[in-house]
Amino acid sequence: MEPVVRIEGTALPLDRADVDTDQIIPAQYLKRIERTGFGAYLFDEWRKDPDFVLNDHRFDGATILLAGANFGCGSSREHAPWAIEDHGFRAVVAPSFADIFRNNCLKIGLLPVELREESVRALMDAVLDDPTTTIVVDLDALMVRAPGIDEVFDMEQFTRWRLLEGLDDIGLTMRHTAEIDAFEALRPDWLPTA
Amino acid sequence: MGRTLAEKVWEEHVVRRADGEPDLLYVDLHLVHEVTSPQAFDGLRLSGRRVRRRDLTVATMDHNVPTTDGPVTDGISARQMEALRRNAEEFDITLYPWGGAGQGIVHVIGPEMGYTQPGMTIVCGDSHTSTHGAFGALAIGIGTSEVEHVLATQTLPQSKPKWMAVTVEGDLPADCSAKDIILAIIATIGTGGGAGHVIEYRGPVIRALSMEGRMTVCNMSIEGGARAGMVAPDDTTFAYVEGRPHAPRQAAWEAAVDHWRTLRSDDDAVFDAEVAIDASSLRPYVSWGTNPAQSVTIDGVVPDPATLEPAKREAAERALRYMALEPGTAIREVRPDTIFIGSCTNSRLEDLRVAAEVVRGRRVAEGLRALVVPGSVAVKLDAEREGLDRVFTDAGFEWRGAGCSMCLGMNPDILGPGDRSASTSNRNFEGRQGKGGRTHLVSPRVAAATAIAGHFTTPEDL
Ligand code: SF4
Repeated sequence: MEPVVRIEGTALPLDRADVDTDQIIPAQYLKRIERTGFGAYLFDEWRKDPDFVLNDHRFDGATILLAGANFGCGSSREHAPWAIEDHGFRAVVAPSFADIFRNNCLKIGLLPVELREESVRALMDAVLDDPTTTIVVDLDALMVRAPGIDEVFDMEQFTRWRLLEGLDDIGLTMRHTAEIDAFEALRPDWLPTA
Repeated sequence: MGRTLAEKVWEEHVVRRADGEPDLLYVDLHLVHEVTSPQAFDGLRLSGRRVRRRDLTVATMDHNVPTTDGPVTDGISARQMEALRRNAEEFDITLYPWGGAGQGIVHVIGPEMGYTQPGMTIVCGDSHTSTHGAFGALAIGIGTSEVEHVLATQTLPQSKPKWMAVTVEGDLPADCSAKDIILAIIATIGTGGGAGHVIEYRGPVIRALSMEGRMTVCNMSIEGGARAGMVAPDDTTFAYVEGRPHAPRQAAWEAAVDHWRTLRSDDDAVFDAEVAIDASSLRPYVSWGTNPAQSVTIDGVVPDPATLEPAKREAAERALRYMALEPGTAIREVRPDTIFIGSCTNSRLEDLRVAAEVVRGRRVAEGLRALVVPGSVAVKLDAEREGLDRVFTDAGFEWRGAGCSMCLGMNPDILGPGDRSASTSNRNFEGRQGKGGRTHLVSPRVAAATAIAGHFTTPEDL
């Protein structure tokens, strides 16, 4: 995984709460067995509406997605963060995320940033007012900055370190194989096996 | 201080704990299906890694499979199913493939074969893994990168959740079911209400539910935003597990039950959040919107967004536009054109029996398309042994093979644009059952009665 340190760019304001992963990437596109190529189907249904914000060329090239609360709820499909990332986004900023979606983002280095509702609102307003507004998401400093906005966000220490270093979770866990072996040796024998 | 049920199971599975890091949990059972696994197996191949515990990994095909006889006509679906077959072969994993005995929706076959047992940690690349929590297992839905992680290490790094108690008390009205309990809970706590929490469902109403009912409740924990849902195991649980193919036997069974009896929240356990539901006030629920918290009772009307709190207004307006519903319309006047009885929420034998009792000797309303899709091949065969298939087909239902079917628009069973369903599944998101399809979530009783009447209703009204 590539290290994630600082993301600087323009943003797309998706002013909706409870955006579920069926909207982010509909089920009919989950049949690919590759990890790439999902960006073309991002918000596939909503995109058919010419007024949908993703069709607004003023926001072309945005690397930060601003969204409402409980973003990414529903199905556990990692295809959702893959599609967002494949489309060119590097961070999603919202008042809250669904747990599985947030985990999935963190595994692939797409940064889920939780800010207070008022701050997300302020960022949306700033971007709607001037689509060229640059937002900085600084993982090292745990800060989101935009003109007139300076907000701290939170990230588990370990996850932050892992993202900053670009480390793969599996490799990290494999350093603890001895502990896994030891745990395994003590598992009760009634547990089922295939 | 006492500990909660979930905390006990959690603590029993900590392989490694270090300051500032998530706990590393051991995974007792990893269920795999065709949609969220191909990229994980690819990852293993790319990095030259192996599956650490093939014997704790079980795979099946459910999301893509057709529920009628004949070949898989969709080439991309076939490719995805074939990828799982190849991966299972290459990594020597037990697979219950489409067309074979044992196949079915991953959350139906785990319990029915006795893989799912109290006190276990269970993961699957599917959010409705929470279903297995009905047995007092800690069952968590994961994404594809995590699937790869579990395949390679049989562990999962997880930050500690919070504990929530949802207590259901009072007398559940006879026309209400487990589905109505969970829809009521979600309507109460909201779609994000359980975020970051593991919910323990407790109280006399939950205790009185069958395992099937408990699975229905735990299944939809994710619709309330929770990481998992659980019910403490008891004699109902043990009676269900005993004798199943992968359940412990003899001395091992005795040892297991002794341990399982310790799996309950201590009397002085402290929950981070507590919610109480009065079952006596419940009615059968019908969802009207595009998320599962947007529901009202069968006696209700489609709400007027203007009367909702501002934060919910816009979403409600959008939902009503999508659902083509007018505020103030009585739910009983809404007429679906499709009935779907199935999905990991409501496709077990008990669900099918309840629905069959309603439709026995009656006919599906003119012009309605009605499907019954058993959750597994085993459920299908059991139902056929009881003659339920005939009850359904005589009434005008289609009797299908096992799979996810119309729960999601990934296989041939889909809603067309503008179609309106009464569905026993768990998600009513836009397009969930097919592009432009409109979903109303209901219990099997309401779905069956609605099939006969042609509009939303309960069996009591027929
Ligand atoms: S039945 Fe529906 S919710 Fe359940 S696993 Fe299949 S697609 Fe997912």
